[in-house]
Amino acid sequence: MFKFFLVKLAQLVPTFIGVTIVAFAFIRLLPGDPILLMAGERGISAERYAQLESQMGFDRSLVVQYLDFLKGLLHGDLGNSLVTHAPVMDEFMSRFPATLELSLFALAFAVIIGLPAGVLAAVKRGKTLDHTIMGVSLTGYSMPIFWWGLLLIMLFSSTLGWTPVSGRISYMYFIEPVTGFMTIDSLIAGDWGAFLSSLHYLILPSIVLGTIPLAVIARQTRSSMLEVLGEDYVRTARAKGLSNFRVIMVHTLRNALISVVTVIGLQVGLLLAGAILTETIFSWPGIGKWMIDAISRRDYPSVQGGLVLIAFIVMIVNLLVDLAYGVINPRIRH
Amino acid sequence: MKKTLLAAGIAAMMLGATPVMAKTLVYCSEGSPEGFDPSLYTAGTTFDASSKTIYNRLVQFKPGTTEVEPAIAESWDVSDDGLEVTFHLRDDVKFQTTDYFTPSRMLDADDVIWTFERQMDENNPYYKLANGSFEYFNSMSMGELIKSIDKVDDHTVKFVLTQPNAPFVANLAMDFASIHSKEYEQQLLDEGKPELANQQPIGTGPFQFVNYREDAAIRYQANPDYFRGKQPIDNLVFAITSDAQVRYQKLMAGECQVMPFPNPSDVQEMQQNDDINVLEEAGLNVAYLAYNTQMAPFDKPEVRKALNMAINKQAIIDAVFQGAGQVAKNPIPPSMWGYNDAIQDDQYDPDKAKQMLEDAGVENLKMNIWAMPVQRPYMPNARRTAELMQSDLSKVGVDAQIVTYEWGEYLKRSSDTKRDGAVILGWTGDNGDPDNFLGVLLGCDGVGGANRSQWCYQPFDDLIQKARTLDSQEERAKLYEQAQEIFKEQAPWDTLAHSTVFMPLRKEVTGYKIDPLGGHSFEGVDIE
Repeated sequence: MFKFFLVKLAQLVPTFIGVTIVAFAFIRLLPGDPILLMAGERGISAERYAQLESQMGFDRSLVVQYLDFLKGLLHGDLGNSLVTHAPVMDEFMSRFPATLELSLFALAFAVIIGLPAGVLAAVKRGKTLDHTIMGVSLTGYSMPIFWWGLLLIMLFSSTLGWTPVSGRISYMYFIEPVTGFMTIDSLIAGDWGAFLSSLHYLILPSIVLGTIPLAVIARQTRSSMLEVLGEDYVRTARAKGLSNFRVIMVHTLRNALISVVTVIGLQVGLLLAGAILTETIFSWPGIGKWMIDAISRRDYPSVQGGLVLIAFIVMIVNLLVDLAYGVINPRIRH
Repeated sequence: MKKTLLAAGIAAMMLGATPVMAKTLVYCSEGSPEGFDPSLYTAGTTFDASSKTIYNRLVQFKPGTTEVEPAIAESWDVSDDGLEVTFHLRDDVKFQTTDYFTPSRMLDADDVIWTFERQMDENNPYYKLANGSFEYFNSMSMGELIKSIDKVDDHTVKFVLTQPNAPFVANLAMDFASIHSKEYEQQLLDEGKPELANQQPIGTGPFQFVNYREDAAIRYQANPDYFRGKQPIDNLVFAITSDAQVRYQKLMAGECQVMPFPNPSDVQEMQQNDDINVLEEAGLNVAYLAYNTQMAPFDKPEVRKALNMAINKQAIIDAVFQGAGQVAKNPIPPSMWGYNDAIQDDQYDPDKAKQMLEDAGVENLKMNIWAMPVQRPYMPNARRTAELMQSDLSKVGVDAQIVTYEWGEYLKRSSDTKRDGAVILGWTGDNGDPDNFLGVLLGCDGVGGANRSQWCYQPFDDLIQKARTLDSQEERAKLYEQAQEIFKEQAPWDTLAHSTVFMPLRKEVTGYKIDPLGGHSFEGVDIE
């Protein structure tokens, strides 16, 4: 198992180097120049431009800048934001828990609804229920996040007044961050009202962000359930006279879960990508909103640092999924 | 655990302890501030969160206007040669007391001198900390303009200038000139953490900083020691909401009481909503189409004028601004002093335009129209504007192609004197002075820079230069009126539009005034 782990880890190294190159090149390939954007309509004198350029280190060759970026990266230093002048690492870490909290709630929503829905659809294959679940999940899968978010806000927040429009917690509460998770921090602070408020603010964004993963999980659960249901050992189990419930839950679902777990793992990248849009709609103070701001200001260090960190997180999660997979199914290790 | 005063107030009220509920105003701001030291930045969003709330300046723009009035300085006088400007400071101005700073003295001349020293003296530790990147101070050429700042006595400060400059006093009402506390920043230097001045600001303004949760909310409370008296509201919250549609939903749901920058297409619906007032005012801005006057055939005024007459500006106002604007005939907006209302605009007349082009010997003209890739306060949709122009021009036999670049690139390339084509761009005033439009955008100094028509016309430039040295606003206004006549004759631009600024707020909010300079201030605002 340990060897399996090492092999997987070693495979990540070239991927990671590739990611640093892409992240470094991406923001520089986008047309646009942070200094010109800052100066706006007024413009900037050539001398002042040159001065700022050298201060920011952009007058050096791209190779030198890239190596400098790599060197900093190895020391855990991603440089300072061009806009706020604060270390990119600090800026990222102060916002990442908000994104993680939202993603976890979205994932929980997707699994809690998606898994049973998939099982039901498989069991009732070809029936109306199956068609309904698959129809709804296809719709959910094709839902543009921005439009879906606004639609829910208009219905539940503006018209019905059930949920808040946007934000992370009511402005009445001010919770000192300890873990960065608003739900946990409000509990640590012993403030029950703040805890409820933070849950209240999580409802709509979690649903919006969780919709696509929900659809994917439901569909994957259904197809892998159907596959397993056709296996010989399921027929054997039925022939033994086991109850239908036991055949489905123990013999089928458990084996079907292997591929579902992989799919859930793959959702992490999707969730982080979806979080960017969801956070923009719901004014959620996470890394998505931060990245969008950084890209529009051409804040090179923030964009390249943020991309590398996000890619790193996705890679680690995938590694963990691979490992979990190895635990569930020992044949994979070889 | 820390709660806002409001939460404490509500909790206390529930227990029956306090009879009066704290008043909180929530403003759905459009973005995150870059920091809280206004001298370091140029973005309006940052100024709203810092200079407009926390700080004051020596002089200020009278709320809702561009007139300069006393603030920290109760009066000022200018020497006869225009080289010395002396400010007499109020003696009742106190810096804010917060949990991170308690002032030991009132504001005095030292604080004023410190404020400018940190932006121009290379030996000042704050200058070093920022590497001198005080972009607004620099771009207004303040460093070259100020020769020295002398302390006459504790409450009198004299600015000695290198040349007479009439807009100078108005410049001091701008955000970058917000007065900092020398005592506080010295204290931070002594503690070895000067950068905190940008995160935990101290000013003299109507609201003091409480805390900032990045990208989420900024909290302020009324400054009890404010020299104009405590504000009617107790707490001010900026709820950062970047999407205009979501801001509107929040306003309707009562999650905030004031929002800036509505989508133009939502304004009509808002006006019909019984809970919402929509304030509107002509913005201090202009959108224009700048020809490159150094390239044939656009070097001929009659050709430029003919093209201006071929473009139907009212159609642009109707289609692109959706009525939220007015046709511009001058390069400065009508609310500005010195505006020449006697000027006749070149009327839309395609037949005459065609004739004029023929008379000028221009046939089968092909030209580029540059459309900005972004939405700006003065221009909601440049692409659509360019398309309308393209179709208008085709009617007089001009074949126009639309080009565009990424915004930074657009700004840079459009400054080039060899640029091919006419550029759609605009400007929002900084200090309410006509020189800030006519001088910056059309003066000879601006060629290759902010002067996108690359137009250096001596009779015009002489007037602008002369007006800069005069002190009397009346005399200056006369020169600017003449300059606008010359501008119209020469037509380096097609002046397109002055846009209207909309400010939706809930009915219970009173006392809010739209700032023509584009800022958002909550001084004097109340909730009923």
